[in-house]
Amino acid sequence: MAAKQSQKKKKNNRFYDYSLLFVIIFLTAFGLLMIYSSSSYAAQLAGRPASYYMTRQGAIAAVGFVAMIVISKVDYHFWVKFAKFAYWMSYVLMALTMFTPLGMEVNGKKRWLKLGPISFQPTELVKIALILMLAVCITKMGKHINYMRGLMRVVLITSPIALMVTENNLSSGIIIFGIAFVMAFVASKIRWPFYSALAAGVLGLTFAPQLVKLLEMLPFIKPYQMERIYVWLDPAAHKLNGGFQTLQGLYAIGSGKMFGKGLGQSIQKLGFLPEAQNDMIFSIICEELGFVGAIFVIYLFLFMIYRFMIIASNAPDLLGALIVVGVMAHIAIQVILNIAVVTNTIPNTGITLPFISYGGTSVLFLLAEMGLVLGVSNQIRLER
Amino acid sequence: MNQSRTMHRKKIAVFCLLSFLMVTGLMGRLFYLMIAESEYYSAMAQELHERERSIKAARGNIYDATGKKLAANKTVCTVSVIHNQIQDKETVISVLCQELGLDEDSVRKKVEKYSSREIIKTNVEKELGDKIRGYKMAGVKVDEDYKRYYPYDTLASKVLGFTGGDNQGIIGLEVKYEEYLKGTDGKILTQTDAAGVELENAAEGRIEPIAGKDLYISLDVNIQKYAEQAAYKVMEEKNAKAVSIIVMNPQNGEILAMVNAPEFHLNDPFTLNTDVAWGSAGGESESEASPTLQDTSESALSAVLQKESESAVPIVSQDALNQMWRNRCINDTYEPGSTFKIITAAAGLEAGVVSLTDSFSCPGFRVVEDRKIRCHKVGGHGGETFLQGVMNSCNPVFIDVGQRLGVDRYYHYFQQFGLMGKTGIDLPGEAATIMHKKENMGLVELATVSFGQSFQITPVQLITTAASIVNGGNRITPHFGVKVQSEDGSFVRKFDYPVKKGIVSEQTSETMRYVLEQVVSEGSGKQAKIEGYHIGGKTATSEKLPRSLKKYISSFLGFAPAENPQVMALITIDEPEGIYYGGTIAAPVIGNLFQSVLPYLGISEDSESS
Repeated sequence: MAAKQSQKKKKNNRFYDYSLLFVIIFLTAFGLLMIYSSSSYAAQLAGRPASYYMTRQGAIAAVGFVAMIVISKVDYHFWVKFAKFAYWMSYVLMALTMFTPLGMEVNGKKRWLKLGPISFQPTELVKIALILMLAVCITKMGKHINYMRGLMRVVLITSPIALMVTENNLSSGIIIFGIAFVMAFVASKIRWPFYSALAAGVLGLTFAPQLVKLLEMLPFIKPYQMERIYVWLDPAAHKLNGGFQTLQGLYAIGSGKMFGKGLGQSIQKLGFLPEAQNDMIFSIICEELGFVGAIFVIYLFLFMIYRFMIIASNAPDLLGALIVVGVMAHIAIQVILNIAVVTNTIPNTGITLPFISYGGTSVLFLLAEMGLVLGVSNQIRLER
Repeated sequence: MNQSRTMHRKKIAVFCLLSFLMVTGLMGRLFYLMIAESEYYSAMAQELHERERSIKAARGNIYDATGKKLAANKTVCTVSVIHNQIQDKETVISVLCQELGLDEDSVRKKVEKYSSREIIKTNVEKELGDKIRGYKMAGVKVDEDYKRYYPYDTLASKVLGFTGGDNQGIIGLEVKYEEYLKGTDGKILTQTDAAGVELENAAEGRIEPIAGKDLYISLDVNIQKYAEQAAYKVMEEKNAKAVSIIVMNPQNGEILAMVNAPEFHLNDPFTLNTDVAWGSAGGESESEASPTLQDTSESALSAVLQKESESAVPIVSQDALNQMWRNRCINDTYEPGSTFKIITAAAGLEAGVVSLTDSFSCPGFRVVEDRKIRCHKVGGHGGETFLQGVMNSCNPVFIDVGQRLGVDRYYHYFQQFGLMGKTGIDLPGEAATIMHKKENMGLVELATVSFGQSFQITPVQLITTAASIVNGGNRITPHFGVKVQSEDGSFVRKFDYPVKKGIVSEQTSETMRYVLEQVVSEGSGKQAKIEGYHIGGKTATSEKLPRSLKKYISSFLGFAPAENPQVMALITIDEPEGIYYGGTIAAPVIGNLFQSVLPYLGISEDSESS
């Protein structure tokens, strides 16, 4: 009886990050609105109802939302039991996608897995599976993570699946490597590999034009990847070789000015910017809502990352902290890369804007990740 | 454990900070794109999205001296259908067929065609367009447009000219004053999607058109009508090829009328004017061309304007049209014949080589060097004074005056009178004088030039020179344009025309007025005499080249009142049949014309002769 009472008391003192929940709901709803705005024209042109994309995304988001709440209400220690299973499932599904007819080709890239009536992108599963897997393994390693051997184990767990994903989809590969990188960085006492990698990255961006010449000589770079780099350096000069989309995105962003053209008033979405509801949706946000609107959206993501930091710092154990760090890395990297691509700060690579871009698999697994984070927050005990 | 927990917290904070830093960098990038560089990108985007539609500017009207509209704009409609906006297809088809008188098949084809816009009919009268708009059928568009309209249709057709498909002047004053009449087209800037379809709710930029300026000309509709009536009458009577009449104010060069019979239909300028007679030129009539005729005229228009003959086969050849549009008063030269004796007489008097009382003798010919040049009177005029010689239009007298002047002096006066070049009239395509080169001019050439042969000038050149001789010696510039003015009067420009003073002395001018008055009152021009007025004038009968054809141009140049000329007229009758003497057939036309025009202009009858 007493135990029960104390348990109840404990429950009442538990934290639940409602501000994070609010941001998630707001971003998802805002995403639906922007998907409607940016896709209704294209949908109608294709003979579909104007709300076609929004409705689809909305339905999946609704399912995802329920899943998120369910996941968050269950102790995350329960979910990590599925880490290994999910990790190995990732290999299976990736292999099925890449090497069997079950893989579906969309826009010339085999990134979809079709299982009966359901089709989804396994790369999204890989992200959450790896976050869980690494969190479990690093926690198990204990102090070993502070040695090179431990770090090597992280590399061993990450590399095979990440390379598989990279071969299939460069941008997802980058994100997966990034997640592992950040999780290891947070967990390990060893610093130099991380800081030197960071320094290398900064140097690489600084001397990009010179690096391009170097890249040209590398045999394993695909021609289309090289082209993207040329486009990045001068989109106007490579209009016909893929610079078109980048340039149209820049037109959209530039014509937004301070306050934008108003919600729904984008012109670039009217066939000028192909698939405006996907990777380039941020440029439509810029065009319609202006600099002010774009900054507001970015602040929401920053706030989200800030909440992750708070939850991770106060997580009851390392396992919970690492799960949150993984999700945090995922969101941060993806947001930064997406905005960097859209503003042509880095070469174009297909990265969606979390919660906002159109993509059922993405939003479903993102909400699942949010469920995990909220679950971790729910295990934080408030000291009264 | 706590130690590592602190380390983890620190590192999480480091990552968070790094993320914030990168995001801040991207915000800077966004600021650069959206604020600093926004002009560049939005201009590029704007260019991509905007389509321009022009709004036609109304062309300026042309008004006559009495303020009557000679050229105006009529609103016409273009009826078109937009396929995917049509709701009730059958109603649309039946209404359009019924109202526009089109056959159902062609309308059905256009209505059912999947295109953004299909034109059903152009140049639909405004009332009909309004009526069709009144049905409020979805998908049917009635657009208004301007079309040039000439209320008097054939009146002064070759002077006014007409406009083409882009509302641009093609001949006549419409071309000459294009820059004033044209106006500036307005623009509607609309935004379109990538497929070029206009956006419904996009803000429209609109630049209003500026209407063309109105042109006020010296031509007087009433005088023009009198003159046209006279011209058609004599043309019919004498079965002549063409009759031209110029009526001018000899004091300032304002042209009051310029007739080139047969005129043509300005409202249908691509149809040959076989039907034009005086009756159809009267008043505010409109020539109703059948739809098929209009179609051919449109194809002819495109042929003219684009010089493409392969697609459009005009029923009328371009040559025939050009002939029809020709303004003989200024585009064609002719041998003036005896009317030119005015110039020889003035030159002789001015140089002092002859006086009115000098005696001459005419045996019916004069031998110059090895040539025997005949007088029109085979038996000769016998002994006569210079004045009588002019009254008789005696060739030997003028040959003698020419010879007394000599080539150098004659040529000098020819130039001084302004005969060498063009008159500078404000109509396009004026022909220049065709004259002997001075070094090629021998005494024989001098002799023939003296009585108006072997060189060619335009009728307008002749009347202008004659006017300048009798007006006191001021070489004036013949013209129509008086002023251009914007409709609201905010822009007014009055035209000035050059005047060269003293081409002959006032005294010579006075003598010439007297001499020419004598020609009409007593001499070869007496058929132009009318009750109550002193009229001056000179007749001419020029033989057309080649002489063997025995074709003539009969002409008469007259002015009134003789003492102080206020109005001068020149008629040329091309290839009259039967009696062809200028004194017999041309002089009475001007006499009759003056009988109407002088009272109309308020020129009172001379007191001494009434």
